[in-house]
Amino acid sequence: MTAHLPILIVVTPLLAALLAPLVSRVSVRLVRGLTILATTVSLILAVAALRIALRDGAWHYQLGGWAPPWGIEYVVDPLAGAMATLVSLLATLVAIYAGDYLRDTTALRAVVFDSLFLLLTTGLLGITLTGDLFNLYVFLEISSLAAYALLAAGGERAVVASFRYLLIGTIAASFYLLGLGYLYALTGTLNMADLAERLAMVPDGSAMSVGVVLIVVGLAIKMAVFPLHGWMPDAYTYAPPPVTMFVAAVMSKVSAYALVRILFFVLPLTGAAEVAQNALSWLAAGGVLVGSALALAQTDVRRMLAYSSIGQMGYIVVGVSIGNTAALTGALMHVAGHAVAKGCLFGVVGSLPRAAGQADIASFAGTARQAPLTMAAFTVASLSLIGLPPTAGFFSKWYLLQGALVAGRWPLVGVLLLSSLLSAVYFFRVIERIYFADRGSNLRHQPSKNPDRSPQLLAPVLVLGTGVLLIGIFNGRLVAEVIHRALPAL
Amino acid sequence: MSAIGGGQLQYVLAAALLFVGLYGMLVKTNLARKLMAMNVMQVAVIVFFVSLAVQSGGTPPIELEHAPPDTETAYANPLPHALMLTAIVVSVSTTGVALALLIRIHRRFETLDESVLLERLQE
Repeated sequence: MTAHLPILIVVTPLLAALLAPLVSRVSVRLVRGLTILATTVSLILAVAALRIALRDGAWHYQLGGWAPPWGIEYVVDPLAGAMATLVSLLATLVAIYAGDYLRDTTALRAVVFDSLFLLLTTGLLGITLTGDLFNLYVFLEISSLAAYALLAAGGERAVVASFRYLLIGTIAASFYLLGLGYLYALTGTLNMADLAERLAMVPDGSAMSVGVVLIVVGLAIKMAVFPLHGWMPDAYTYAPPPVTMFVAAVMSKVSAYALVRILFFVLPLTGAAEVAQNALSWLAAGGVLVGSALALAQTDVRRMLAYSSIGQMGYIVVGVSIGNTAALTGALMHVAGHAVAKGCLFGVVGSLPRAAGQADIASFAGTARQAPLTMAAFTVASLSLIGLPPTAGFFSKWYLLQGALVAGRWPLVGVLLLSSLLSAVYFFRVIERIYFADRGSNLRHQPSKNPDRSPQLLAPVLVLGTGVLLIGIFNGRLVAEVIHRALPAL
Repeated sequence: MSAIGGGQLQYVLAAALLFVGLYGMLVKTNLARKLMAMNVMQVAVIVFFVSLAVQSGGTPPIELEHAPPDTETAYANPLPHALMLTAIVVSVSTTGVALALLIRIHRRFETLDESVLLERLQE
């Protein structure tokens, strides 16, 4: 059993997704149980695999016994293991959280939702664990197709937003696939480890540059890096709450992981990849500023959070583009910290009752009195995105700043500081309403919809809020025991 | 263009299809046309990969009793074809999801024209 851990992490949600429609013939409630069970099993397996990877080093698993580079291999190194743990943790919490949303829908919709959600989880876990570039493309498309359908479930505007995302997402995937074709033509292999060895011997040429550019642009679209973010705010705003929570928290992070994996573990960091890194640093700086500035201009909290995500993805890309140990430590910590914090924030926004799909900042007025626990989680997560100690965001920004200073990238230092200031402004606008505004909130009129009284809504949000603090408080251990071992040899 | 020899015309075709597809997706205002342009773009990727597999003078990679001597150039490369089978499946599924979304958009807004759609979304 243990020998097959890496594949079981991915296959468990896949099997559950296929079983869900069958189980629904017996009982629809059972499907909910199955969903939560499958994601929990994935989480437990991912933690076990991560521990083994930390103890014994990278674990190479040959699918079906076919040795690479002929067969597809799955690799659990500390980076992949940590990412799989993050994805499956969020999946488990969202699976629980979704119970409240699904209670109001028809049985058919609920089953389809759970099945698609499990497929999305399968795709994202597959991306983190695969050691094969083409396999990564297939998982990217599995997760994307499931995401298009899930995002479209939020009503008519969501359908239009989802169609746009489908077009742009397909361009991204096609670019990635084309780039992969160039690398394959140069080396004759698709296995990441094998590719890294052979690419090091290939002289830098135009074919390599085209391949690298196509792959980086493809993944950057998926990550919604400025200026390729156009699809994202609408998609996040109109989707059903649990979908936004999951997609915003982990989907763009998994693409960021794929970028780190390919830039630092597959491509030789000279020539084309180095140029791509430099170009990314400008995009990232632009994204951090534009995302924060546009977030400031929003009145709908979900839109504000979506634009803030564009800024926060910018931080991760800043770390990747600087590329020294401190900056990459910051970037990886920000991947975890932002996933947990954004999941928490979208979870809270989605759990509040709202009239006709609105989530105005005004509707947050006085909510702290009715739902103190939920709002405390919201506040902690906001503080992390602003970057105040002792939350995760403070420490990841600290490492990023260190990295920028070591590399002597002064403009990036300025950008990081300025953007913290902007995020403080837009988050405190909301926090101020929550605690100090007098006008009664919707919650007073609809006490039955108070998120503090629904364990399904409250528990995931509280776990995430606590997670933000734990990552911050134990950042030293996290960096020493996981992140530093997950970093590429620089 | 002098670098394009007789055996490389297929890459020009792939590039042309790619740009036709991207152009259509960016410029056309009808969502169904955008979807068709997306399919053209995906075909470009398939043409590119299949071209990589070509081995001039080679046979399909099937072992026959009277097969030519086993040399590197005797067979076309089967791997890109296998990859593209998967890519075609992905492309068909994407088109399926996209058509389902288009049907829902058309039922609700009774148009697939982007500018009309934007107006009706404002209401």
